[in-house]
Amino acid sequence: MKQILSLSTYLAVKEILRNRVRFLLVSLVIALITLLVLFIAALGEGLGNGNREYISKLDAQVIVYQSKSDFVIQSSRLGRDRLASIRRVEGVRDAGMLGTANAALILESDPAPLKVALLGVEPGHTGEPQIVSGRQLGTDLADEVIIDRNTALRGQLKLGNSLTLRVTQGTRDEFFDLKIVGITDGQQYSLQPSIFVPFFTWDRIRPKSEAEVDGSTSVANVILVKLDDPSAVEDVSRRLIAQVKNIEFATLDTAINALPGYSAQQSTLNTQGGFTLFIGVLVIGGFFQIQILQKVAQIGVLKAIGTANPIVAWASIIQIVIVTAVGVAIGGLLSFLFSLTFPPTVPIVFNGTTSAIAIVALMLIGPLGGLISIRYAVKIEPLKALGLSS
Amino acid sequence: MTKKPIFALETEAVVKLYPSETGTIHAVDDVSLQVKPGEFVALVGPSGSGKTTMLSILAALLQPTSGRILLDGQDLAGMNDIERVRLRREKIGFTFQANNLIPYLSAVENVELMLRLNNRLDKAGKMRARELLARLGLAERLNNLPGQMSGGQQQRVAIARALIHNPSLVLADEPTASLDTERAFQVVETFAGLIHEQKRAGIMVTHDLRMCEFVDRVLQMQDGKLVRVYTGRKEVKGLINDKRN
Repeated sequence: MKQILSLSTYLAVKEILRNRVRFLLVSLVIALITLLVLFIAALGEGLGNGNREYISKLDAQVIVYQSKSDFVIQSSRLGRDRLASIRRVEGVRDAGMLGTANAALILESDPAPLKVALLGVEPGHTGEPQIVSGRQLGTDLADEVIIDRNTALRGQLKLGNSLTLRVTQGTRDEFFDLKIVGITDGQQYSLQPSIFVPFFTWDRIRPKSEAEVDGSTSVANVILVKLDDPSAVEDVSRRLIAQVKNIEFATLDTAINALPGYSAQQSTLNTQGGFTLFIGVLVIGGFFQIQILQKVAQIGVLKAIGTANPIVAWASIIQIVIVTAVGVAIGGLLSFLFSLTFPPTVPIVFNGTTSAIAIVALMLIGPLGGLISIRYAVKIEPLKALGLSS
Repeated sequence: MTKKPIFALETEAVVKLYPSETGTIHAVDDVSLQVKPGEFVALVGPSGSGKTTMLSILAALLQPTSGRILLDGQDLAGMNDIERVRLRREKIGFTFQANNLIPYLSAVENVELMLRLNNRLDKAGKMRARELLARLGLAERLNNLPGQMSGGQQQRVAIARALIHNPSLVLADEPTASLDTERAFQVVETFAGLIHEQKRAGIMVTHDLRMCEFVDRVLQMQDGKLVRVYTGRKEVKGLINDKRN
């Protein structure tokens, strides 16, 4: 085997080195496919992240919704009475209300307001994100806010600054000033940067219909539940259903997949990535098939002088792997360089795992695309290739 | 102790049949021949006489329908594909009409390839490849790619490749087909000289009888049969002169 690999590598490398331009062109095509695949993967990750970031980072295992809300957070309405019931269920360590809404952040640096997700959480309870600088929220009614890193970056806001929110309540635009007490890491929600306010402050400043303006009942969207034992989701959920009326529950994964548009968006991008890989298979397969057709006589000579089929096959495989690896490396480098030029508003996230999966897939398309040509090379009859057959 | 065979190559009643719409074609019909080490033999005949088929059988590229082929006493007929590939690599040297060389290997790399295939490429082998090419007048062309050499130079590289691994049998299929007369004579003369000197058994298929000037024997084939053998300088010269007249 060592002899076979050594000879195959020798033949494969010599041919590549002596036909550098031709092979480099194929590598560049693979590099462009790599660029496209990595960007589609990064876009999928960025968009997915923009949708799920806050939920996926929650220190909770279960989200409780109003029954028949189909796990759509915006459709669910849960009052404080449910929170008390849920906290009493055995196995629940903590529970916190979450209210979601949208608001416009008035910026001094930009005449156009920044649209943000306005999230109401209970200070000290599940749902309040951990800050990376500053402090956690104070009381339930404080005019304080924790902003995520994206809001800070895009709004050029710092700890201790005040920010002004514009929301529509009834038929009037209302403005609210809040003090930034903490900054948390990326916590995007619904593809928007997010800001976190104490739940009762949220209830006071959130957008409201005319009928809600004078209302006094605080209603959250969902309740976030942290368990004593994170692996006991099924048991606790069964108890939740039995002890709390008119609710349904979901794990974080189910909740993420139920986010409006999330599944459709991800499957669209995955399909695009799949098709790009498929095109890669066709391009590589086509190139190596044409190359083998041009080399029939040459392979015939090799076989006639005693080159065994495994050497011919391995030489083709090694060539394909080298050309693909060079293409993927160039594509990866180009992707990295391009990514540096994108503003933070573009939802592109190069995630290590996703990129690694894309790169492995790209490395596999070479040998996969070359399978037919390798088989063809092995089947070449030296007698026919050299024109010696009658 | 096994006795070394007198003949490097020996065939007995070799037959190759092909089915056709009109019946069976006898591409090779009962051909028996022997070639000693150091003997250079030409296989001649008109187109369709079976000489290329015979060469393919001798090269272990084609299985005969019946008959025996002994190379260094080993019977080719009973070998499987892997054994035949190994036999071609170790015991046979080839030159073909065209497309002889691997285009991405230099002259010296093409010659060394036979040693690499046989896992015998060492310093001495590398030296021998260079010396052989130098003897063939290619000392200045060692690192040239085939595309940078003339047809005659390429044929000489192919001759060096056919001989470098000390094969028992050297086969040449129309080695002068793409060369002008002067180059053709040079190539065949060099080829014959090396076969005699290195004591290899050499068989050259040619349709150009003038190239038989340097061979020891001429085997004439017609309709798949070996119809006449010209032995010795006088008979061979006589054949060449007959054709010239």
